[in-house]
Amino acid sequence: MSQAWVMHPSEALLKVAERTAKRSSSTGRRRLVLIAGLAMLGVAIICFVGAPLLTSYNPIKLDVLHPLAPPLTGGHLLGTDQFGRDIFARILYGGRIDLAIAFGATSVTLVFGTIVGLVAGYFGGWVDNLLMRIVDLFFAFPFLVLIIAIIAMLGPSIFNMFVAIWITSWVSYARIMRAQTLVAKKQQYVLAARALGYSRLRVMFRHILPNTASSVIVFSMVDAVGNIILASALGFLGLGAQPPSPEWGTMISDGQNYILSSWWIATLPGVAIVFVGVAFSLIGDGLADILRPGDR
Amino acid sequence: MTTDALLSVRDLHTYLATRHGVVRAVDGVTFTVGQAEVVGVVGESGCGKTVTCRTIMGLMPRRGTYSGGEVIYHPRGDANLLNLSQSQMQQLRGAHLAMIFQDPMTALNPVRTIGDQLLEAVTAHAAMTREEARGRALGLLVRVGIPAPEQRMRDYPFQFSGGMLQRALIAIALASEPKLLLADEPTTSLDVIIQDQILSLLLELQRDTGMSMILVSHDLAVITEVCDRIIVMYGGQVVENGDTETIIAQPSHPYTRALLDALPAGAGAPPAGAGGPPQVGERGKLRSIPGSPPSLIDTPPGCRFAPRCPLVTDECRSWMTELLDAAEAGHQVRCLRHEEARRHRAWQASDLA
Repeated sequence: MSQAWVMHPSEALLKVAERTAKRSSSTGRRRLVLIAGLAMLGVAIICFVGAPLLTSYNPIKLDVLHPLAPPLTGGHLLGTDQFGRDIFARILYGGRIDLAIAFGATSVTLVFGTIVGLVAGYFGGWVDNLLMRIVDLFFAFPFLVLIIAIIAMLGPSIFNMFVAIWITSWVSYARIMRAQTLVAKKQQYVLAARALGYSRLRVMFRHILPNTASSVIVFSMVDAVGNIILASALGFLGLGAQPPSPEWGTMISDGQNYILSSWWIATLPGVAIVFVGVAFSLIGDGLADILRPGDR
Repeated sequence: MTTDALLSVRDLHTYLATRHGVVRAVDGVTFTVGQAEVVGVVGESGCGKTVTCRTIMGLMPRRGTYSGGEVIYHPRGDANLLNLSQSQMQQLRGAHLAMIFQDPMTALNPVRTIGDQLLEAVTAHAAMTREEARGRALGLLVRVGIPAPEQRMRDYPFQFSGGMLQRALIAIALASEPKLLLADEPTTSLDVIIQDQILSLLLELQRDTGMSMILVSHDLAVITEVCDRIIVMYGGQVVENGDTETIIAQPSHPYTRALLDALPAGAGAPPAGAGGPPQVGERGKLRSIPGSPPSLIDTPPGCRFAPRCPLVTDECRSWMTELLDAAEAGHQVRCLRHEEARRHRAWQASDLA
């Protein structure tokens, strides 16, 4: 009748649950993604700001004697381009421009688009109609064509490129925010907030916004990467950063003629874009987790 | 209990324009709430209880809602609340009129801590320093019976149980010491034991602060336990209105009678001794009311209960209904045959026994 001792099912269950409990209760683990993203971005920013300390080369100084030097030759860590300019120095100094584009262009459109979407969604009626028809107007146009037209009117420069992005890309945020607001304003906690006599502004910004902001913030991280690439495309078309300034997109377009013989000219700035892009994406994911407590 | 009136609702109508037609959700509701009085509103789902509360609070959506009649909040003079602007109503809400909702799980903002939301409510209608506000918030949490309030302030709503959430909501609703609390089915989504705790908490707070309360429920047992006066609603109208004792002892509308018959025997009946658990099946079967509540679109003239009423006559189907005075003072019934309805009960009770 003797039977080998086996673990009671409830004990096995308890063990598994305990293991999971420890994992989910460690907030550090949940925030790891965010921390990784912030660390990557932090390293990038330190490198870009401290560029003069990391490299002695001038990013726009030509050196016709040493063009197309491969990485790790002749004192050039990442080689040189067709004019003999040091790629490492150009990537570091170019990072300043590209991060400025990522932050400058995205933050303005994020804030403006979010407010427009929030107002349209919360007030509804003619306010909503008016604002959304304006948004439709922008969506009806091919995006890049509109940006190019605006820059062409204002004249090509980095600042005018900012203006063109500000004018055109808030509309995505407005759309996302309006949709989120329409859902949130039907929630009982909004009714409860109004029942407490809170003002419309308070209900909008302190009750609806915290519940809906996560989606636009996550989108803004994607958009920041998109804006770097957009700036690159505009640089390629000669409408953004002007040569010889070391903007990454301009560098990629410079290097494309040499892609088969000197791969590093176009590829390494691309790697830099990927690095920054991944950093922004990780931050976006991490924020999405943190902005939604209780959502696992 | 009734001294001075605090809130008077006269001939309140709220019609909702929907795709299917006009819903006459509230169709001529009249009642008053006295100072420090607890008024219960009872009726089936969809009889206009919630719409009545939201209309009083001015919380119905602007578009597609048409309200008529009078809602007078006496401390504010003779102004009709229905005519006040949004910003005037905003000053009344929270500070004078507060409301708690049916489902505590969704009535708190899920992404903000309990403490944050409570502090916001405390400071919404009164200027005070951070320390004062914090002290007051902690005091409120203690008052509604939340243990370890310091820690619980930092919790998010999803970390609270339903009963605790309802306590937190009560604390938030009472943060500005309102004169009138509208509790819209505050215990419906809670289990029976918690339900009892929340009701006694509400009553206790009501006695301490001297505020008035409108308690909405579909559960007559809950209402009889707690309220001074009962308003029975059916099909968007008040069908019976009187003191709790009167309504329990002499229900004069066939619908009220039917509601009382539908209660498990023992529950509710004498309001004083209603603490114990309802004893189902002690005295015969529970009686449900045949048929279903009337559609509030294209409502036929005449008594709305007529299709389900055992005492119906041809006259009932055509009379312009109104609240008639019954024998006792302050007892009103919307029924032509309320005398028979009262005797009918006596007859049926003896029949069963």
